Amino acid sequence: MGLNLVVLVKQVPDTQNITGDAMKEDGTVNRQALPAIFNPEDLYALEAALTVKDLYPGTRVNVLTMGPPPAVQVLKESLYRGADFVALISDRRFAAADTLATSYALKCAIEKIGNYDMVFCGRQAIDGDTAQVGPQTAEKLGINQITCVSEINNIDTDKKSVEATRSIEGGFEIVKSGFPVLLTFTDEGYVPRPPSAIRMLSYKNASTEVSTEAFDESYMDGEMSGSAGNNLQLWDIEAINADVEGCGLSGSPTKVKKIMSVVLTSGDIKMVDNDMGGIAEMVHELIADHTIG
Amino acid sequence: MENFLKDNEDILFHLKHLDLDQLITLKEDNFAEKDIYPHAPKDIEDAKDSYEKILSLIGEIAGEHMSPVAAEVDEEGVKLVDGEVVYAKGTQMALDMLAKADLMGFANPRKYGGLNCPIILMSIAGEIMSRADGSFLNFGLQQDISETINKFGSEEQKQRIIPILASGKETSSMILTEPDAGSDLQAVSLKAHQADDGKWYLNGVKRFITNGNGKIGLVLARSEEGTKGAGGLSFFLYERDEHMVIRRVENKLGIHGSPTCELQFNNAPCELVGQRRRGLTKYTMWLMNGARLMVSGQATGIAEAAYREAYKYAQERIQFGKPIIEFPPVFEMLTEMKIAIEASRTLLYETSRFVDLKECLEHVTEHQPERASDVKAEMKMYTRLANLFTPITKLHNTEVANKVTYDGIQIHGGTGYMKEFNAERHYRDARITNIYEGTSQLQVVAAIGGVTSGTASRFFDDFIENTDFGHCKDLFSKVEKAKLNFEKTLIKIKETEDQEVVTYHSRRLVEMATDITIALFFMRDAKHSERKLKVAHTFIAKMIPRIEMNMNFIVSGESTLLENYQDIINA
Repeated sequence: MGLNLVVLVKQVPDTQNITGDAMKEDGTVNRQALPAIFNPEDLYALEAALTVKDLYPGTRVNVLTMGPPPAVQVLKESLYRGADFVALISDRRFAAADTLATSYALKCAIEKIGNYDMVFCGRQAIDGDTAQVGPQTAEKLGINQITCVSEINNIDTDKKSVEATRSIEGGFEIVKSGFPVLLTFTDEGYVPRPPSAIRMLSYKNASTEVSTEAFDESYMDGEMSGSAGNNLQLWDIEAINADVEGCGLSGSPTKVKKIMSVVLTSGDIKMVDNDMGGIAEMVHELIADHTIG
Repeated sequence: MENFLKDNEDILFHLKHLDLDQLITLKEDNFAEKDIYPHAPKDIEDAKDSYEKILSLIGEIAGEHMSPVAAEVDEEGVKLVDGEVVYAKGTQMALDMLAKADLMGFANPRKYGGLNCPIILMSIAGEIMSRADGSFLNFGLQQDISETINKFGSEEQKQRIIPILASGKETSSMILTEPDAGSDLQAVSLKAHQADDGKWYLNGVKRFITNGNGKIGLVLARSEEGTKGAGGLSFFLYERDEHMVIRRVENKLGIHGSPTCELQFNNAPCELVGQRRRGLTKYTMWLMNGARLMVSGQATGIAEAAYREAYKYAQERIQFGKPIIEFPPVFEMLTEMKIAIEASRTLLYETSRFVDLKECLEHVTEHQPERASDVKAEMKMYTRLANLFTPITKLHNTEVANKVTYDGIQIHGGTGYMKEFNAERHYRDARITNIYEGTSQLQVVAAIGGVTSGTASRFFDDFIENTDFGHCKDLFSKVEKAKLNFEKTLIKIKETEDQEVVTYHSRRLVEMATDITIALFFMRDAKHSERKLKVAHTFIAKMIPRIEMNMNFIVSGESTLLENYQDIINA
């Protein structure tokens, strides 16, 4: 039996490959200087969804992102990898949204898709690093959440439940939840697949088209068309039935008071793997620098 | 994000300036599939954009995933466990990833699950992947084999086999060499016999079979009992079953990630491909010419990797108070390496284009008989050029790879001799390239006919007539003189009656023709780039005296070696 999955993704500046002019003088990120990439952990969430799709034929993977028009690139990347439907939630009135306003807009978009079994997202984005949007979206949807998932262990389609491994400090725990549920993923359990060349060439010229059509079940049953068609859509505030007051700046209670460039001065710390190999290596190092022995 | 396409200015330069319009129109049959497959291009620009996207995907897989584990693949190698080949983890990962990326059907028609990419793209892709891991041949090999089936197999064979290979579900191998039939494939003795029920069976041993563990094999076998030469050999499609045993995998100097197998066939059922008795002369030669281009790309990729390591090291290594790149012997080596690699690339791409055009025009002749007479002359021309420049490219690029990887170690000094650095791996991996798919000596044999018959000279004349050298007039006049010297030498050789003397000078003649070809290509490329003009100047400065030396040596009737060699080597 196929499932209906929603994956939330984000386009972010590549903060992991910082070059000289990555920060402006006022301490904010110079987005022009950094290439825009698929948020790394979101790729793991997408991979988790596509893995479910491989295991349960008929599963539909819907990918949503909120952002300015160039963010369509991460949606196309999702189509290249195997997503069935993608929508760009974009509207000038979403500008300056904090995590609360963002999760509200995402909640409205997920409800527009409707009848979903699970929502997947990356644990956190490498630009804001809040790790709040996933949990807040679950709260607004009023559904269960399992955060920091490394891997899905099992899905019971009859009982409509999922069992997942959660990373916690010093170990892991296995958690089970009924549908619908939101899961946030770390980069531990999956290997994100490369884009398919055939899908890439099929969708490379795809562009968004405005849609205010109701997203109904009959569309879901339709065969996925090979060309871009309407499986790449642009949704504005009206399309997702959102309240303007809850979106963008007006829906964002977070106010940035001051941004500082902080240079950390503490010494290096070293994490040691909690296994025989890691401990042995540490002991050898301590002997080598005469700390012990 | 490492991307071995995007960080390679020279490949990007060629992608921008290569003349692909005619090729794309032919390859896409005037964009006949644009309404059938969403991934088919709608016009020339769309096709070029798709090519770049495909290569960029390959560049990312090569740079991000294959290159970081290449040293581990070399260390781990392949194993034979309970009669089955086990790839190194990195090799298996790369194969899985390419399959998931729908890239294993790179060159195959779309109707069989492929991307319909031309050979020139395969050459570029092969180079990019070999730069990441010189032992990863599977990609090119699979394309070459599946395209051989596409060209010569029956429709039933194509429909059954190509989708399996294009999807990456299975791999394949070309099964030619035997213990007593290496360079001399006419001596192949593995027996194919037809039973009373009409079915064919294979019996015998094959050796040095790259990826001999593949599910699909193309086997050269003696179908005509009692015959000895090429005329008794046919080509067979073998799907692996319990009637073939992998007896061993070889322990090699380099390309450790590539399984080289010894196979024993015990009454193994197979199917005839194409016509009987054409196994070597037609099908194997076609397959092998494709493989020669593939190896030329492999060699260029390994050389590129070696150059980058050497360049980086020469900048970082301080001796006598300064980076060693500032010492003339070191920067001369680096300059020579870089020029030789760019020469390899321009030769490879132009030759691939000739082969592509030949193949496309042949396809037109076979499938659109009404156009056959229109394209006949052009098809013949590209066939001649493909036949001449394929061995020239293989000879040049694989010898360059050996020299570049050798100098790569030299620049590293003692450090380069150590296993901790990649330089020695590149050196070992490059060493097979001028041996397999025909040794350098055999490439000379394959090329010399085109050099002495006038194909090369005609190509030079046509190229000069159709190319504007206004941006480098002085340089052009120097090359014209060198070309005259080449012609003088040819006249002398044609007057020579002693065939042994002609053979003795063959390699020198082929290398003279190669030099002039490279000079012409460099000058053409210089139109778009000041840097390329400097490359052309520097290459030609050393080429002029080299051509003169070869001319003087040959024209003087020099044959001292032929007179003395027996007394020298048999002493």
